[in-house]
Amino acid sequence: MTQHNDAPATPAKKPAGRGNYELDDRLKAYKGVWVFIEHEQGDVHSVSWELLGEGRKLADKLGVELSGVVMGAPGLPTRRYCEQAFFYGADNCYLIEDPVLANYRNEPFTKGMTALVNRFKPEILLLGATTQGRDLAGSVATTLETGLTADCTELNIDMDNRGLAATRPTFGGSLLCTIITKNYRPQMATIRPRVMSMPECNKLRSGRIIEFPLDMPEHSIVTKVLQYLPDQAQDKPQLPFADIIIAGGRGMKKPENFQLIWSLAKVLGAEVGATRPVVQSGWVEPDRQVGQSGKTVRPKLYIAAGISGAIQHRVGMEGADVIIAINNDPNAAIFDFAHYGIVGNAMTILPALTEVFKQQLAVARKTG
Amino acid sequence: MHIVVCIKQVPDSAQIRVHPVTNTIMRQGVPAIVNPYDLFSLEAALQLKDKHGGRITVISMGPPQAEAALKKCIAYGADEAILVTDRAFAGADTLATSFALAAAIQQIEKDMKVDLVFAGKQTIDGDTAQVGPGIAKRLNMQLLTYVSQIDALNLEQGDIQVRRRAEGGVQVLQTKLPCLITMLEGTNEMRFATMDNMFRAARYPTRIWNKDAAGIEDINKIGLKGSPTLVSKVFAPKPLARRADIIDTESHEPRDIALTLVGKLFTQHPKLRDSLADITA
Repeated sequence: MTQHNDAPATPAKKPAGRGNYELDDRLKAYKGVWVFIEHEQGDVHSVSWELLGEGRKLADKLGVELSGVVMGAPGLPTRRYCEQAFFYGADNCYLIEDPVLANYRNEPFTKGMTALVNRFKPEILLLGATTQGRDLAGSVATTLETGLTADCTELNIDMDNRGLAATRPTFGGSLLCTIITKNYRPQMATIRPRVMSMPECNKLRSGRIIEFPLDMPEHSIVTKVLQYLPDQAQDKPQLPFADIIIAGGRGMKKPENFQLIWSLAKVLGAEVGATRPVVQSGWVEPDRQVGQSGKTVRPKLYIAAGISGAIQHRVGMEGADVIIAINNDPNAAIFDFAHYGIVGNAMTILPALTEVFKQQLAVARKTG
Repeated sequence: MHIVVCIKQVPDSAQIRVHPVTNTIMRQGVPAIVNPYDLFSLEAALQLKDKHGGRITVISMGPPQAEAALKKCIAYGADEAILVTDRAFAGADTLATSFALAAAIQQIEKDMKVDLVFAGKQTIDGDTAQVGPGIAKRLNMQLLTYVSQIDALNLEQGDIQVRRRAEGGVQVLQTKLPCLITMLEGTNEMRFATMDNMFRAARYPTRIWNKDAAGIEDINKIGLKGSPTLVSKVFAPKPLARRADIIDTESHEPRDIALTLVGKLFTQHPKLRDSLADITA
């Protein structure tokens, strides 16, 4: 998403009549930027660190503190999570420890987060757009009756009113829109994993831990976790962290042709990705979808075959270091942001590429 | 058993095009469909009805033409359909939408107690995944999102057991009815509409509710007024400064093109070549 972070060539137009407003005194009391530190099975989700990196920039612009919010049961390494949050830029951490927080559940986590917000009043609250973060964000925003913007690709501060300007794709990802939360606090936003880059980990940083009680007995919680079945490592494709991705779109014409993509992926040790129409047609499983409603990826190499380059797909993969596009339409949008392009039939180019990569890599290994 | 399924009519985003010169959306001729994610929830509801009997009411908030999407659901096997439509809803964000739908569900409840509410995981036009959780909170129902499987439903005891997708695994959860479920995509396949149901859908008189019929008195909670978020601007993404280096050869032979591409790639990105060699070693 780097291109949006650059200063625009021409100053952005002020939104007519919407940029300037005076906050209620009650809302002026809301200060600080918070990030929900999400963890599961003993590990913090890396999206939380990415959000701290982004939250740091917002907090510095506003001249306020950046805080992490950690909730978990006693016995979990919650204090280590807080320390890690300091390494990634937090000034302090709010910590709720209670046995009912052993596993993520909507009810106690919603109660913990809303209680913290009502007590300490942050102006901005960021969460990862994960199964946990989205579940929690929707419930917290509704309880607090405040604004929540999903799946942002860029966050900024409108210095005229200290408001959060959250940009996200809209209309099926064809356009971008900037959303503001006018007279409500906190301003909430979710951001998907890998959309923001990982901040530096500075182990010399430290901060304060502020503990807070939950006061919620187990018998008052309706939903029970009977079991947690961890995924086997090979069960799920790990697209967001793949170094190499070969992806196919509708231009692959039929599901059998996807075999050409799998062959190239095998030679390059790559994951296979796909566009939304391909996933909706059932050619590959939903975990392989790249784009606004799928995964955001940041590989070293992304090869797109038969993909036109709709914005909905582009926002999920334009952070790749090198993009190679193969498409038979010379006017396809993907050639506007790929680094290398081949105008031609993916069904004949892919096997040729597979062969050439196989040979050249053998040479590189010998000489390297 | 009474299940309410919340659906939304959306433009088939796969067919939306942006005008290359004006950068505006070309809406003409884009067909409207039932949000594909909603169909996984509707099918899950239909399967529960197959097993336990009962009634399925589909509900949607939207413009009058959204009735077509509701009729589609009747054709799939839903029993009743309600369209909540009012000019006062215009400009609603997810918070205002969840308020209106929750109010309407409370009205439905007056007719027959609601045991389960289903909603789509997210829509393909807004992609927020916020309305389902919002409705659950407003109705004070337990929330089960990203459900991949319904293991058991015990109507007598009023409890349900499901599998919920988490980031690194699956949670097996048990909760009490009534609750709100959003189904994960790809977890079932929508059945074909039967001839009987298609005829029924064609004749079916969809109930049309305005805000009063939906039991909404406080207009500060709906539409633009009830929406904390505002769209301050809409714009086309900036084109990147680059344009792809188009690889071609005199022969136009795939093998020659592949050789040229890989040659360039490895010369211009030696680090990438090395890491590729490492990965595949």
